[in-house]
Amino acid sequence: MPLLTPQIQDENDYSLVASLDNVRNLSTILKAIHFREHATCFATKNGIKVTVENAKCVQANAFIQAGIFQEFIVQEESVTFRINLTIFLDCLSIFGSSPMPGTLTALRMCYQGYGYPLMLFLEEGGVVTVCKINTQEPEETLDFDFCSTNVINKIILQSEGLREAFSELDMTSEVLQITMSPDKPYFRLSTFGNAGSSHLDYPKDSDLMESFHCNQTQVNRYKISLLKPSTKALVLSCKVSIRTDNRGFLSLQYMIRNEDGQICFVEYYCCPDEEVPESES
Amino acid sequence: MRCLVTGGNVKVLGKAVHSLSRIGDELYLEPLEDGLSLRTVNSSRSAYACFLFAPLFFQQYQAAAPGQEALRCKILMKSFLAVFRSLATVERSVEKCCISLGGRSSRLVVQLHCRYGVRKTHNLSFQDCESLQAVFDPALCSNVLRAPARVLGEAVLPFPPALAEVTLGIGCGRRVILRSYQEEEEADSTVKAMVTEMSIGEEDFQQLQAQEGVAITFCLKEFRGLLSFAESANLSLSVHFDAPGRPAIFAVKDSLLDGHFVLATLSESDLHSPAPRSPELRRLAPPLQAHSTPHLDDFANDDIDSYMIAMETTVDSEGSRAVPSTSLSPGLRPPCSPGPYSEDNGAEASTQPGTPPPKKFRSLFFGSILAPAHSPPGPSPVLAEDSEGEG
Repeated sequence: MPLLTPQIQDENDYSLVASLDNVRNLSTILKAIHFREHATCFATKNGIKVTVENAKCVQANAFIQAGIFQEFIVQEESVTFRINLTIFLDCLSIFGSSPMPGTLTALRMCYQGYGYPLMLFLEEGGVVTVCKINTQEPEETLDFDFCSTNVINKIILQSEGLREAFSELDMTSEVLQITMSPDKPYFRLSTFGNAGSSHLDYPKDSDLMESFHCNQTQVNRYKISLLKPSTKALVLSCKVSIRTDNRGFLSLQYMIRNEDGQICFVEYYCCPDEEVPESES
Repeated sequence: MRCLVTGGNVKVLGKAVHSLSRIGDELYLEPLEDGLSLRTVNSSRSAYACFLFAPLFFQQYQAAAPGQEALRCKILMKSFLAVFRSLATVERSVEKCCISLGGRSSRLVVQLHCRYGVRKTHNLSFQDCESLQAVFDPALCSNVLRAPARVLGEAVLPFPPALAEVTLGIGCGRRVILRSYQEEEEADSTVKAMVTEMSIGEEDFQQLQAQEGVAITFCLKEFRGLLSFAESANLSLSVHFDAPGRPAIFAVKDSLLDGHFVLATLSESDLHSPAPRSPELRRLAPPLQAHSTPHLDDFANDDIDSYMIAMETTVDSEGSRAVPSTSLSPGLRPPCSPGPYSEDNGAEASTQPGTPPPKKFRSLFFGSILAPAHSPPGPSPVLAEDSEGEG
């Protein structure tokens, strides 16, 4: 079995080894943040965090905790590398993205360290595919300094209630305006497009609203093109937490339940757009 | 204008907007005393469509605020369609829909009250009122077919989605024939040599009043639009047509709404191509020719532009306000020949002080419909004739 030689190597040679019975538990979460070609991966003994950024304004993080993996070994304190996410996802779904029911693709992922490729061993029905993806110099990622003590308003919604809203966003509008307020309209999404404006209001006593903690009226605008990709996470998630801090920064946290019923989180941060002009409401 | 639509009727309204969107890029929304009218015309003015929703269709209907004149407006089809984009979602989650025009905001406001107390408000910008009308009268057409939409829907199902036109005719044994239409050059090439033909027996029709041998060719896309509406509402669809080249009228009707699609048909010369055809059509051709000859002069092109009146209605004279109803049912118009009628209007308009340039546009337009209408004596009694117009 010359192909599998790397596996026979001592596991201590690798700075990261992770095995997974169902590769979709990883690929699904990664798809939720796949809006740019490249991602930075950070692995610690707690799990892997994969980060994608755009325009220095939006950052998406997927957390795959160690417990999701059947085997998870990190030799160093932290392992960091940059990888082409598109290729990574293509490899993970090399046996097809929607496999036959009852068949699972297993994954073993090894990384030897700085300068080495990421090795993937994928197995389905006794067939093994080995992929080597070159890793790149990790780039510094943005620190949004989003601190829960500075959070002004926080809402937890069932994702079902936002899904349609995000998939039907008027993309001729440059911004998505989010209003959160202890008073009416409580939680409002607005767009201002070529055809006119649209407002979507959620009452605070709606059955969709899991929790509602708004302390102060905040109206912030975010570039719609930057937020639209979060729809990918939204459609996979069951709940979403929407928070804004004192600077108007937005945090969207998505709770995603995988095929084995485990919970993973995907998080989006976004900077607000320019100040809201007084005249518009 | 303010109206409230509830329950399943929201989907019916949405479905109507979807079928109108197959035709035009702009939607004319006009609140009338006898209901809310939605109309559109395509860019080449060869297809016109209108729906009229009766006041009873709505939970509440108010054409105009008391003591005020009803406003009408034109909006982008795309933006109105976006409100009802996913019919499945509309059906699942929308409980009621409120449409209002006028009041303080200079927007057409469409508000959807959805499940879980979620409320969507669309403030759509609109353009100033210009009423869209087509002069047509199903009662004037010598041929009428009426069948459940399902029957016709199943008959057009096998046609390829890219097919542009379809020929509808009466074959031997009074069977109704639908055949894919091919232009001459297309038919010449061996590549596109396939012709699809569906034949429906007379017994499937609720009404079949047409001679063997008549046939018309019209655009399939628009027809499919109305069919899908009629099928979802489980209605019958009637087709009123005359000779090739004259517009065909497709109509649906129930107690709460009616819909009319007026589509141009190909004129005789096009139909009469020597290209390879199945025997039926060749058999169909001679009687067609004989039948339509008298009309060839006035309706030579396959464009119904000459039937279309786009009229500036901001001219708030009595005359112009009367026009919307006459548009749908010329029979209601006082008996007069088209000539004086238009001159009257022209004169009236020109006496309005400060009326903007659209007058010219309007009179020009009238001119264009009058020119052909004058020559044959046919159309003028037609206009005066009482008709089932609204139907």
